[in-house]
Amino acid sequence: MEKIMEKNDTHAFGFWVYLMTDIIIFGVLFAVYMVLRANTFGGPTSNDLFSLPTALVNTLVLLTSSFTCGLMTLAARKGKVNQTIAWLIATFALGATFLALELGEFSRFIAIGASWQRSAFLSSFFTLVGTHGLHIAVGLLWIIVAIVQLKLRGLTPGVTSKLTRFALFWHFLDIVWIFIFTTVYLMGML
Amino acid sequence: MEHFFLGDLTWSDLPHQWFTIGGTGAIIVGGIIVAAVITYFKRWTWLWKEWLTSTDPKKIGIMYIVMASLMLFRGGLDAIMIWIQQAISAGNAPGYLGAAHGYLDASHFQQIFTAHGDIMVFFVTMGFFFGIMNLIVPLQIGARDLAFPFLNSLGFWLYVAGAVFINMFFVVGGEFAASGWLSLPPLSEIQFSPGTGVDYWVWSLQISGLGSLLGGINFIVTILKMRVKGMKLMMMPLFTWTSLCSMVLVVASFPVLTITTLLLWFDRFFGMHFFTSGFGGNPMLYVNLIWMWGHPEVYILVIPAFGIFSEIVATFSGKKIFGYVSMVCSAIAITLLSFLVWLHHFFTMGAGADVDAFFGIMTGIIAIPTAAQIFNWIATMFRGRIRFTTPMMYFMGFVSLFTFGGMAGVLLSIPGADFELHNSLFLVAHFHTMIVSAALFGIFAGITYWFPKVFGFTLNEKIGRRAFWLWIVGFFMSFVPLYILGFLGATRRLDHYAASTGWQPFFIIAATGVCIIAAAVITQAWQVIVSIRDRRQNTDTTGDPWDGHTLEWATASPVPFYNFAKTPVVDGRDAFWEMKKRGERPGILPPDGYDDITLSKNTGMAIYLSGFVFLAAFGLVWHIIWLALLGIFGAIACVIIRSFDEDTEYVLPAAEVERLEKLAWKK
Ligand code: HEM
Ligand SMILES: [Cu+2]
Repeated sequence: MEKIMEKNDTHAFGFWVYLMTDIIIFGVLFAVYMVLRANTFGGPTSNDLFSLPTALVNTLVLLTSSFTCGLMTLAARKGKVNQTIAWLIATFALGATFLALELGEFSRFIAIGASWQRSAFLSSFFTLVGTHGLHIAVGLLWIIVAIVQLKLRGLTPGVTSKLTRFALFWHFLDIVWIFIFTTVYLMGML
Repeated sequence: MEHFFLGDLTWSDLPHQWFTIGGTGAIIVGGIIVAAVITYFKRWTWLWKEWLTSTDPKKIGIMYIVMASLMLFRGGLDAIMIWIQQAISAGNAPGYLGAAHGYLDASHFQQIFTAHGDIMVFFVTMGFFFGIMNLIVPLQIGARDLAFPFLNSLGFWLYVAGAVFINMFFVVGGEFAASGWLSLPPLSEIQFSPGTGVDYWVWSLQISGLGSLLGGINFIVTILKMRVKGMKLMMMPLFTWTSLCSMVLVVASFPVLTITTLLLWFDRFFGMHFFTSGFGGNPMLYVNLIWMWGHPEVYILVIPAFGIFSEIVATFSGKKIFGYVSMVCSAIAITLLSFLVWLHHFFTMGAGADVDAFFGIMTGIIAIPTAAQIFNWIATMFRGRIRFTTPMMYFMGFVSLFTFGGMAGVLLSIPGADFELHNSLFLVAHFHTMIVSAALFGIFAGITYWFPKVFGFTLNEKIGRRAFWLWIVGFFMSFVPLYILGFLGATRRLDHYAASTGWQPFFIIAATGVCIIAAAVITQAWQVIVSIRDRRQNTDTTGDPWDGHTLEWATASPVPFYNFAKTPVVDGRDAFWEMKKRGERPGILPPDGYDDITLSKNTGMAIYLSGFVFLAAFGLVWHIIWLALLGIFGAIACVIIRSFDEDTEYVLPAAEVERLEKLAWKK
């Protein structure tokens, strides 16, 4: 038992180090966005494109999903398999909503000719926000796998440790989104 | 329809120039020979079960070193081709093989340059270091394995996939990036490099970079979490310390490389405008980002070598290392400072005098902790009983060359001087002096030093020393002319030059030097062959042929796959030396007997996963969308399947350990 605890501890630490590398990737994307955001090359600017309500709804959805994810962790800690699965499904639904809203925004932009090919500003916008979206998609896949494993195995130490790491990942994406919301959307609409 | 299946591939992408035919032929013939030998000796199952699918860090380490050695030959061939071209391409004399000057046309020449640099950095030096770290770090900290054995295997196989990928252009496409080892835009953008060369470049770095990143995470967790009881951080052997520093640099800087080159590829593939010269793109942004990775990278390549030399100097001087604490502190200082100097690679960008001055001064400051290390090594040797073995010879060569090249670096760090010398052959000479003396000599010294630990017999000293002298002489002959040529105004990557410059004699001397280096490498290969032949005379029966200080010497040679039969107890630095002083001997049945040992099982999943990643990259380079999707989904499927597998370990019973230990120490 002590061995297993130690191992889960090591896994969690390794995952933290991985998250550091992801932070650096996002850090570079933020820096690139900051450098290029004014380079609209005569195309639409952030003021022309962004709408506060959309961004706000997105933020609320993702924040709520972080909340349900937290409840999932609590349920898992109490050893309640079905509750854990229920909260995972809620998190999935919110994450999927977020992704759908984001893709909707992207396609609206593309429809009016504001695609990633239009200007350096738009390239960096699509890449930064899209990279976050891709992470969310990976998280959704992870939820599905986690649910299957919960059904098959219940809350074994291995599955619990995976859930812990998933929760870290999901909260991390939430924090990244807060940065995107403030630096991209809020600052872009000033 | 054809485009759906084959993407941008056409018949003309198959080999038809002399070098692609040659390269492809070499790959095919080499493959057939290897396959024939394995089949003849009926070794396929053995190869698959004992080696390719192994998660034992020692086996992975050996495979890294074998692969890196192959790539050293490959990159060395590039070097020879470059030098021959430069030696014969003065003036307007007609060229050979259809080239206007020399025997390589301009574009082909530039491609060789790119390939040479990338292969030497990513697949030779990084490969060797990951190999040596796999072999030695777990032993030095008294661990049985890395923290994540599967990720270790995956990191290795991604490295292999990247190494194969960088050679794929021989077989399909016939063209590599002609844009230099860092492929700076706008030259590397689709507008100026329309072929697939740059895409091959991007994806081989993506694949192998991912492998390095996994390795970095793995070693950090291993060193911080898996040390034996009692070994505090300030008791770790110095090679472990410098490995930790190097891996911290990997984890902090490789993501930057990954994302930066990916953005370049987005420009090329999706028509984005990060670094293009139009549409608001900013090429200098790329240059900044790539050097934010690039400068730490040069320290990733030398810091582990510092650690290797620290072990060697202490052992062969018969003393503890002088100034252990200052060694650790200076390694950490170098690690941190290396993030604050990137701009010295492009003072000429025009960031202004203040910015240039800041980065110039920071660059000068980095020389201080480096010098501290050098003084400590010399102080360790002072009044020591020095044994001039081959590793020690490499150390002496390293100290003299490294100091020399470091001073050239300090000279370059003065912005005013750098405006003159930037991108000249003086710069090329500077960084070759640094990388060859530290990284390569460190690797050679380390391999010679630890060879008996891994294989159970020592390498032939006489031939080893001969190889060393050939290296030193060859190195001086090929790079001193470059310092001079740099002062005379020769820039890097020249495929020809006017005869009136008077440079040709220097280029000829340099090319002769390269031939001597080639002789050195052949001598090293010969050294290994002779040593294998004479292994009975040179068997290491004690497990401790050099009177070592650190834990790796407390095991039998070759190291059993479970490393330590009984995990050692540590209460200070130089743990094994202290044990020996107390009169403890390894290999004796401990009073409380042996324990069961848990080890990780073999797995082929890392191979499948890397294979899918390889396919995805190939599909993306050639715009074969179905193949790319197949690769991506295949890789995801592998990850998911692996995550379902909880049966990844097995137990070696104590009785079996006892039997194996008896066998290992009987010799
Ligand atoms: C004493 C410490 C060092 C100083 C002061 C120093 C200084 C410099 C400077 C100023 C440059 C830029 C020159 C130019 O582009 O005009 C440079 C380039 C370079 N240095 Fe160093 N350096 C030092 C150590 C090292 C070490 C230890 C390595 C590698 C092992 C190294 C590898 C390189 C490489 C690879 C380049 C540039 C390659 C390129 O432009 O493609 N340097 N160095
Ligand atoms: Cu540098």
